[in-house]
Amino acid sequence: MPIITLLIFTFATAVIGLFIPIRYGNRFAFISSLLVFIYSLYLFCTFPITADFQYVVDYSWIQALGIHFKVGMDGISILLVMLTTFLTPLIIFSVRKSEPRPRAFYSLILFMEMALIGVFVSMDGFLFYIFWEIALIPIYFICLLWGGKDRVRITLKFFIYTLTGSLFMLVGLIYLYLHTPGEHSFDIQSLYTAGRSLGAHAQCILFWFFFLAFGIKMPIFPLHTWQPDTYTDAPTQGTMMLSGIMLKMGIYGLIRWMIPMLPLGLAQSSQYVMWLSIAGVIYAGIIAFTQKDMKRLLAYSSISHVGLIAAGIFAFNAQGLQGGIIQMLSHGINVVGLFFVVDIIQSRAGTRDIASLGGIRLKAPFLATVFAIIMLGAVALPLTDGFPGEFLLISGVFKFENVMGAVAGLTIIIGAVYMLRMYQRTILGETSVETEKFTDLTAGEKAVLIPIVIMVILIGVCPSIFMKVSEPAIMNLLSGK
Amino acid sequence: MLQYAVLIPFFPLAGFIILGLLNKRLPKNLAAVIGCGTLLISFGLALGVFMNISGQTKEIELAPWINVGSFSASFTFLLDPLSSIFLMIITGVGFLIHVYSIGYMHDDEKHNIFFAYLNLFIFFMLVLVLGSSYLLMFVGWEGVGLCSYLLIGFWFKNKSYNDAAKKAFIMNRIGDLGFLLGIILLFITFGSSDYHTVFAKANGFASGNIIITTITLLLFVGAMGKSAQIPLYTWLPDAMAGPTPVSALIHAATMVTAGIYMVARSGILYALSPVSMLVVAIVGIVTAVFAATIALTQNDIKKVLAYSTVSQLGYMFLGLGVGAFSASVFHVMTHAFFKALLFLGAGSVIHGLSGEQDIRNMGGLRKKMPITFITFLLATLAISGLPPFSGFFSKDEILGQAFSSNMLFWVLGVIGSMITSFYMFRLLFLTFYGTYRGKIEKKEHEHEPAHDTHTGIHESPKIMTIPLIILAILSTIGGFVGVPIVLGGSANFDKFLEPVFHDAYAKMLLTEHSQILSEVTLMVITVVAALLSIFVAWNMYMRKKIVPATEGTKLPFFTNLSYHKYYVDEIYNALITKPLDKLSEFLKNIVDNKFIDGIVNASGKLTEWVSGLMRFVQTGNVDFYLLAMVVGIALIIFLKLM
Repeated sequence: MPIITLLIFTFATAVIGLFIPIRYGNRFAFISSLLVFIYSLYLFCTFPITADFQYVVDYSWIQALGIHFKVGMDGISILLVMLTTFLTPLIIFSVRKSEPRPRAFYSLILFMEMALIGVFVSMDGFLFYIFWEIALIPIYFICLLWGGKDRVRITLKFFIYTLTGSLFMLVGLIYLYLHTPGEHSFDIQSLYTAGRSLGAHAQCILFWFFFLAFGIKMPIFPLHTWQPDTYTDAPTQGTMMLSGIMLKMGIYGLIRWMIPMLPLGLAQSSQYVMWLSIAGVIYAGIIAFTQKDMKRLLAYSSISHVGLIAAGIFAFNAQGLQGGIIQMLSHGINVVGLFFVVDIIQSRAGTRDIASLGGIRLKAPFLATVFAIIMLGAVALPLTDGFPGEFLLISGVFKFENVMGAVAGLTIIIGAVYMLRMYQRTILGETSVETEKFTDLTAGEKAVLIPIVIMVILIGVCPSIFMKVSEPAIMNLLSGK
Repeated sequence: MLQYAVLIPFFPLAGFIILGLLNKRLPKNLAAVIGCGTLLISFGLALGVFMNISGQTKEIELAPWINVGSFSASFTFLLDPLSSIFLMIITGVGFLIHVYSIGYMHDDEKHNIFFAYLNLFIFFMLVLVLGSSYLLMFVGWEGVGLCSYLLIGFWFKNKSYNDAAKKAFIMNRIGDLGFLLGIILLFITFGSSDYHTVFAKANGFASGNIIITTITLLLFVGAMGKSAQIPLYTWLPDAMAGPTPVSALIHAATMVTAGIYMVARSGILYALSPVSMLVVAIVGIVTAVFAATIALTQNDIKKVLAYSTVSQLGYMFLGLGVGAFSASVFHVMTHAFFKALLFLGAGSVIHGLSGEQDIRNMGGLRKKMPITFITFLLATLAISGLPPFSGFFSKDEILGQAFSSNMLFWVLGVIGSMITSFYMFRLLFLTFYGTYRGKIEKKEHEHEPAHDTHTGIHESPKIMTIPLIILAILSTIGGFVGVPIVLGGSANFDKFLEPVFHDAYAKMLLTEHSQILSEVTLMVITVVAALLSIFVAWNMYMRKKIVPATEGTKLPFFTNLSYHKYYVDEIYNALITKPLDKLSEFLKNIVDNKFIDGIVNASGKLTEWVSGLMRFVQTGNVDFYLLAMVVGIALIIFLKLM
C-alpha cells in the first residue's frame, strides 16, 4: 500500500496545486513534496535488507491483454525513489518568486514526481512504459512554456528524439510480450523468461532496440545531441528534473529491464555499448573544456559522468552495478546543486558566460565554499559523494577489461580540468563588471544548498548506508534471478 | 598508549571545523591558538606512539567505509615504526611551521582561514600515513592534494597563482589515476587493499611477477605526481605561489614526501619487482640531477629551493630504488628539518624585505638578519651533505647503497650533490653576503638607521625566529640518530625501521658489501666534492662578486636553457594543453554540431521529404484511388503467384 499512497498523494497534490491561491502555491507544493520525502524516508529507514520486492501491489488492469497494475520496490527502487523525493522539494524550493504562472509550474513538477516514482516501482512492462511516457509530458511543457529563447525548436527536437527511442522500446516490449509463455503477460518475470528464452541473435536485436530508448534518455554518446541544447535552454528547475532524476530512468531501465531480460544480448553487445559509453566519457569531457556557457559545460559534464555509469552497469559485475547505483544518487545530488549555483549566479550577474564572470568569492564567500564542495563531489574527491561511485565504476570496468578501465579512468583527470577551469574563471580572480555587486546566498538559497552539501559529505563518508540497501538486489540480479 | 593514537588526526580536523565554520567571527589570536594548539596535542600523542612503538604493528579499526562483494575497505589505522616516524615529522615540523605562520600571516585578512586549511592539510596527511590500506592512503593522498590546491591559490585574486594551483591539482590527478588503477589491480589480485593482506599474499609471489611489476609501476606513477618526479614535476616550482609557510610544510617537508612513504610502505612489492626498482632508481637519479641543474640559474629564492626539493626527492627515490628503504626515510626526516628551515628562512627574508624574492635585489642581509642568516647557513651546510650536519648521514647512506647497486648511480649522485652545494652556496652568498643591492628599502633604511621599523630591512619577530632556531638545531644534530657503524655509530635509525622492511630486505637478496672502495673512502670523496663546489661558488660570488644577469640579457646557451627550465612548460603547453583545447573545439563544432547532429537533422529532413512526396498521393480524386487499388491488388496477386 505505501507505494499506492505515494503515487496517489503526489498526483493529488499536483491537481490540487492548480487551484490553490497563488500566494500559497509555493508553500503548498513545497510542503506536500516535503511530506512525500518524509514518508519515503520512513520507508527507507524501515526497509528490510532483502532481495525481495516489498510493498507489492498487484491489480489486474486490462485483463484481456494480461496487463496488471503491479508495483513494488526492491533495494534499487527505494534508492531511486528516495533520490526523487529528496530532490523534488529542493527543486520546488529553488523556484524564484518571479516565475510566471507558478501554480502550473509547481503542478507539473509534482506530476512529474509522480510519474518518476511510477517508473521506479513498476513491475509490469506495460505500466512501466506508461509511466515512462507520462513523465515526458510535464517536462515537455516545462521546457516549452518556461524555457529560453529558442525553446520551441529545441523542445520539439528533444521530444521527437526521446519519443523515437520510446517507440523502439514499445516494439521491443510487444515482441517480448508475444513470446511470454502461456497466457501472454507483461509481468516482469514473464518478460524475463520470454527474453531469456530467445536465441542470441534475437536478443541482440532487441538489446539494441532497448538501448536506443534508454541510451537517448541518459544520453549515451552518440545519441546525446538533444541534451546540451535542452539542458541549456530549459528553465533551471526543468534542467534539474531532467539531469537530476529523469536521466536515471534510462539507467534504471538498463538495470531493471534490459539487462535481465536480454543477458545474451548483453553478452554479445557489451564490447560495443561499453566502448560507446566510454567514448562518451572522454568525448563529452573534452568538449566541456572549452564551453563558454556554465550550463552547457555542466550539460556536457553530465554526459561524461553518465557514460561512466553506463559503462559500469554494462560491465555487469558487483562493483560496476553497485558503483552505478551509488553514482546515480551522487550525480543527481551534485548536478542539481551545480545547476542551482549557476541559476544563482545568473540571477545576480545576469549572465552565465564564464568569461564575463570572476571574483565571486570576494563578494560571496559562502556561495564560493558551497560551490567548491559540490564541485569536489563532482570531481570525485575521496570523502565526497563522487568517490565511492567513481572508484567502483572504474573498478567494475577495469575488471571487465583492463584497457577499458584505464581509459574510463581518464575521467578523473578530465573532470578536474573542466571543473577547476570553470571554478577559477567564475569564482576566483578579480571581480568583473557583472559580478561587482554580487551578493551572497539568501536564507532560501542556503536552505536548498546546505542539504545538498550535507549529502555530498554523507555519501562520501558513509556510502554503506545506501549501498547495503541495494546490495541484496544487486546480488539477486547477478545471480540471474 | 597506542590506542589513543587514533585521536591524532582528529584534533587538527576539529581545529579545521571550528576555524572553518567560525572563520572571521574568531579573533586572530584565538584562531592561531586553536590552529597550533590542536596540532600540539597531536604532537604529544605522536611522541607517545613513537616512544612506545618499539617494533610493534598495531591496527585500530574505526568504522566501515565501502563494502561491495569482495571489495571492502574500512577506516582502519595502522601504527608501526614507519608510520610513527612520519607522525613525528608531520606533527613536529608541522607545529613549528604553524607557530611561524602566526608571525608570517599576522597581517593577512584571511589569517583564520589559512590556519583552517593548514589544519585540514595536517589531518589528511595524518590519514595518509596512518591508513592501513592503499585506499585509505588514497583518501589522504587526494585530500592533501586538495589542501595544496587551496593553499597555492590562497591569494585567489591573482590569476597566475590560481593557474599554479590548478596545475598542481591536475598534474597530481594524472599521477593519481595511476595510483587508483594500481589500487584496483591490487583489489583484483589480492582481494583487498589492506596492507597486511596484500603483503602477506605477496610473499608467496615469485620475484619478477608481471602483475606485481604492473602494480608497482602504476603506484609509482602516483608517486611521481605527488613527489614531483620527471615528467610530472613542473607543478612543484609553480606551487611556490602559495604563502611561504605552505611551501615549507606542504611543498618541502611533508606532502611531497608522500610518494616516498608510499614506495617505502610497499617495500615488499617493490622488492619483488627488480624492474620497478630500477625504474624508481633511474627516475630518481635523473630527476635529482636534472632539477639541480635548473636550480643553478634561478634567481627567485623560493624557486631555487623548489628545484632543490625536486632534486632531493629524486635522491630519496634513488635510495628506494637501490633498496636503501630506511636510508630514504632517514633522508625524508633530515630533509624535512633542513628544507623546512630553508623555506622558513627564505620566508623570513621575504618578510624582512616586504615581499622581495629576487636574490639579485638582496645581498648583505647577514648583519641585518643575524638569526635568519645563521640558521640558513646551518641548513645550507646540512643540505650540502657536510659532516656532521644531518644531511650528510642520510644522503651518504643513500649514495653508499647506490654505489653497491650500480656505480653509475653513485657517480651521478655525487655530481648532483656537487651541483647542490654550488647552488645552495650561490644562494647563501648572494642573499646574505656582499652589499645590499635592493632599491627602495635601502634608502629608507639609511635615513633612519637607528630604527628597525617595519618599512626597513628587519629581523623577523621571535615567533618566527624561534621555530627557525629549533629547526636549525634539528638540522645540525638530527643526523646523529643514524650514524653508520663504520663511523662508530650504531645505525639506530635503521634498527628502528628494521621490523617494517625486514621482509622486503629478505626478498631483495642484496649483494654483499664486497666493494672496491670502502664506505669511508666514498664518504671522503663526496665530502671533498662538495667542498670543491662550495669553493667554486665562493670564488664566483664572493671573490669575483658576480651577480646574475638582469632579465633580458643574452645568456650562454646552457645557462639560458637552465634558466628557462629547459622550456619544459612550454613544451607541455604546445604538445598537450593547446592541442586538447583545439580538439575540444573541433569535437564540439565539427563532430557534434555538423556530423552527429547533421545526421539527426537529416533524418528529420528525410521524413519531411518523404511525407512531402506522399502528399501527392492524397489527390482527393476517387478515380486515382481506384486505380491505385487495382494496381495494388494486381501486384499482390502477382507476387503471391511468384
